[in-house]
Amino acid sequence: MSLHCHHDRGTPARVSTERVTLSIDGMSVTVPAGTSILHAAAEAGVDIPKLCATESLEAFGSCRLCVVQVKNRRGYPASCTTLVEEGMEVTTENDALFRLRRGVMELYISDHPLDCLTCSANGNCELQDMAGRVGLREVRYADGHNHLAEAADASNPYFNYDPAKCIVCSRCVRACGEVQGTFALTTTERGFDSRIAAAGGTDFLSSECVSCGACVAACPTAALMEKSVIELGQPQRSVTTTCAYCGVGCSLNAELQGEKLVRMVPDPSGGANHGHACVKGRFAWGYATHADRITTPMIRKSIRDPWQAVSWEEAIAHTAAEFRRLQEKHGAESIGSITSSRCTNEETFLVQKLTRAAFGVNNVDTCARVCHSPTGYGLKQTLGESAGTQDFDSVMQADVILLIGANPTDGHPVFGSRMKQRLRQGAKLIVADPRAIDLVDTPHVRAAHHLKLRPGTNVALINALAHVVVSEGLVDEAFVALRCEPEAFAKWRTFIADPRHSPEATEEVTGVPAAEMRAAARLYATTGNGAIYYGLGVTEHSQGSTMVIGIANLAMATGNIGRPGVGVNPLRGQNNVQGSCDMGSFPHELPGYRHVSDVETRTLFESVWGVPLSDEPGLRIPNMFDAAISGSFKGLYVQGEDIAQSDPNTHHVTAALESLECLVVQDLFLNETAKFAHVFLPGASFLEKDGTFTNAERRISRVRKVMRPLAEYADWEVTQMLSNALGYPMNYRHPSEIMDEIARLMPTFHGVSYEKLDRLGSVQWPCNETHPEGTPTMHIDEFVRGKGRFMLTEYVATEERVNRRFPLLLTTGRILSQYNVGAQTRRTANTVWHPEDILELHPVDAEDRGIREGDWVGVQSRAGETVLRAKISERMQPGVVYTTFHWPGSGANVVTTENSDWATNCPEYKVTAVQITRVEQPSVWQKQFERFSEEQMSLLKASTEAKPAHASV
Amino acid sequence: MNIEHLIHMANQIGSYFAAEPDPADARAGIADHIARFWEKRMRQSLYAGLDSGEASALAPLVSEALAEHRERLLGRAA
Repeated sequence: MSLHCHHDRGTPARVSTERVTLSIDGMSVTVPAGTSILHAAAEAGVDIPKLCATESLEAFGSCRLCVVQVKNRRGYPASCTTLVEEGMEVTTENDALFRLRRGVMELYISDHPLDCLTCSANGNCELQDMAGRVGLREVRYADGHNHLAEAADASNPYFNYDPAKCIVCSRCVRACGEVQGTFALTTTERGFDSRIAAAGGTDFLSSECVSCGACVAACPTAALMEKSVIELGQPQRSVTTTCAYCGVGCSLNAELQGEKLVRMVPDPSGGANHGHACVKGRFAWGYATHADRITTPMIRKSIRDPWQAVSWEEAIAHTAAEFRRLQEKHGAESIGSITSSRCTNEETFLVQKLTRAAFGVNNVDTCARVCHSPTGYGLKQTLGESAGTQDFDSVMQADVILLIGANPTDGHPVFGSRMKQRLRQGAKLIVADPRAIDLVDTPHVRAAHHLKLRPGTNVALINALAHVVVSEGLVDEAFVALRCEPEAFAKWRTFIADPRHSPEATEEVTGVPAAEMRAAARLYATTGNGAIYYGLGVTEHSQGSTMVIGIANLAMATGNIGRPGVGVNPLRGQNNVQGSCDMGSFPHELPGYRHVSDVETRTLFESVWGVPLSDEPGLRIPNMFDAAISGSFKGLYVQGEDIAQSDPNTHHVTAALESLECLVVQDLFLNETAKFAHVFLPGASFLEKDGTFTNAERRISRVRKVMRPLAEYADWEVTQMLSNALGYPMNYRHPSEIMDEIARLMPTFHGVSYEKLDRLGSVQWPCNETHPEGTPTMHIDEFVRGKGRFMLTEYVATEERVNRRFPLLLTTGRILSQYNVGAQTRRTANTVWHPEDILELHPVDAEDRGIREGDWVGVQSRAGETVLRAKISERMQPGVVYTTFHWPGSGANVVTTENSDWATNCPEYKVTAVQITRVEQPSVWQKQFERFSEEQMSLLKASTEAKPAHASV
Repeated sequence: MNIEHLIHMANQIGSYFAAEPDPADARAGIADHIARFWEKRMRQSLYAGLDSGEASALAPLVSEALAEHRERLLGRAA
């Protein structure tokens, strides 16, 4: 139960054009048809007692506390399961109802410990509240059989299950099914023996439970309770903020005692998550105060020197002096910056402004380079805007979902749950993925088609689907004629109709049977609202941009764009990927996706920023690495990213980092990149600063400071100090002033302000004069670019091909409990679920190589070699292996190559030709990594043991 | 800048635009993409390689595009 004051109306709100008027306790109430009496009463300000009912779940009718009387009807119906009817006269309070409710409560309490004063839910317990509400004063059945001696299950690292306090109301079971869609919980046995159990294991930890916390949020007692509340007590205040994990951008209430965070609970009014969360956002926030946090600035001359702790003033002055020295010696273009999708909009805006205005160059890039830069390119070229077209709620109106290269139940779990809700309602699902992700076959959800394509053949597949649409007369001709460029469409139609794109011609390439492709294309094109969702399995390829274009082509050709329920929906990896791109983090674009060569745009920025700006595109991250190795790039400011772990071909990346004369890392921890740094500037967690994140549906949400920065300054303040030290003045007093500048400069943000965000909760850009409260669905009447533009998408096979030496294809991804490079989640109890990265391979490939479950296997590619533990899995197809990159010592990116997308240089993480062999010891790289890490940690230790002092580097 | 890497990237861009039915459109597309997305020293290094005979691995279509749009690519962007 949350501290946040949300008026729980007991059953979900209904939407209907039909209105029903009834009388409740003599008051006239009008509500949509289908509304429960319980909900209607709450709307009228009458809160009927309840226990098993809560607004986030369908009515269950088991507790019998919400009984009412209805005129001219027999008995006492439960108000949660009885729907309103025209003219109905309802009485919620009288002597008979009073006696009934008190009798019910007496029975509940007869099997409930009377330890309220020492109970973890004391002061925030619905059972306690209801006992008071119905006037329970005595319990006559206290000596009978009960469950009070049952042992608690404390196996989950974040919450306990105490059956002694359970009233078997089934809220948790229903939350697990209805909200989360995992169906891990059940009620076993019957009658007195009924109890809640987690399926698939002997306790919660070993069960199928995914620790989303929906059951804990739903529990009306202390039966399911956060360990942090058990340890610390109930929180006293609540601050609404935004999760700092994936691109769903869940709204969370940080519940605190003073500045101490007690728990995070999902905000029922959150536009992106509607009161749901996942194991990361809900529970994995302990990293923010982890002992590994570095809170003192440090500098050193060489990466082999010990760190010297210094004051902020000295660190900033040193950094500014170094950057100016490098520019004087090697030219203005010798330095640059990398912004982070983990930082706020305001922070990324400031870093790119620092780079363009203070450094005087456009050498700024962001981690979207290695994830969704092809989305930015492909959607801008075809639709006119570098963003997804829908809001998340749109999925509830989809009739068929085409899911390509995304694994939402792991990568975007809260949206994954929403998608599963729609699929359980009957929407069809097509999955295109080399692996059998959970959504292919999960409780109450089964994909109509799993297009199990070979890695690297996305474009051949999308062309085959489009070929079927064109050749079988499934084009929405009216939509195309009205909304798209006719010449470009005619050219594309001729191109795609060529027999070389047919499913029959491409099945040998994709590995997907032609009939399956044809059936999938027909299903997508003819089943009402067709919605495409995609992830990094689309973008992280040598043809990533081509594939995004192909997706846009397919959506336009079938008219599946410009209304709720359809669209092209990139599932962004990190929390602020959309925002960091919006804010001008790419080296060729100023904020708002306007090219640096555009005179009008540049003039606008020059007038506000007061300096001339370069009209030349800057270096992208991989170009920075190449330039560093070739000697023309010498200084780099990295805010909140760990490129040494996340970017491909680790040997190449670390060689580039070692080539730099001044690497400045601003982060919470001494991450892998910081081990190559000369300046370390302590970062602030999302709990320590104000700002905004923009999620995958373009939703701008507030990040609110709940505690003071551990290292004294929020990240935006550090960037501002650096800019001032470089002689370019920045004088923002609060991030709201940065947002005001963003709103002045970006047409899609003209209507955004902190006042509006506080008032509305969140807004989806474009938010301006035309759309003052935001834009859930884009391209409704016309595309942002005017007419939609079809583009050609010839399939070009990746150069990363299997051969005798490297006969398998490695593809990489992430899992539910860990996040990106793991800097956050590795420092939480989430490690219990994923203590190391493992290599998944098909039983056939394992048997061929004599590999058994749990064996150490060497993974060799042309880039390098690492060693992982093997997991044999039927999820894989023969010839394809899979791993994650959450642990630095795993060295997943030692193996991946610098092969990249033709348009954006987004790395081809998803296709690496490898060989797998059984081994007995770590790889050479891993041994070197271990030695280097130990050396760097000892150099750090030397600093942390010393007080900040005047340094001499 | 590593000339082999630049040639590889340029050829990849060429592979995309090679689908254009009109070769002039393909050449213009290649040049426009390089102008809009490549930093100046990358463009200069590619032309230096081209002029010194180190860029023989460039696809013919890309070489033609670079020759046709040399002034634009070595001058101002966009």
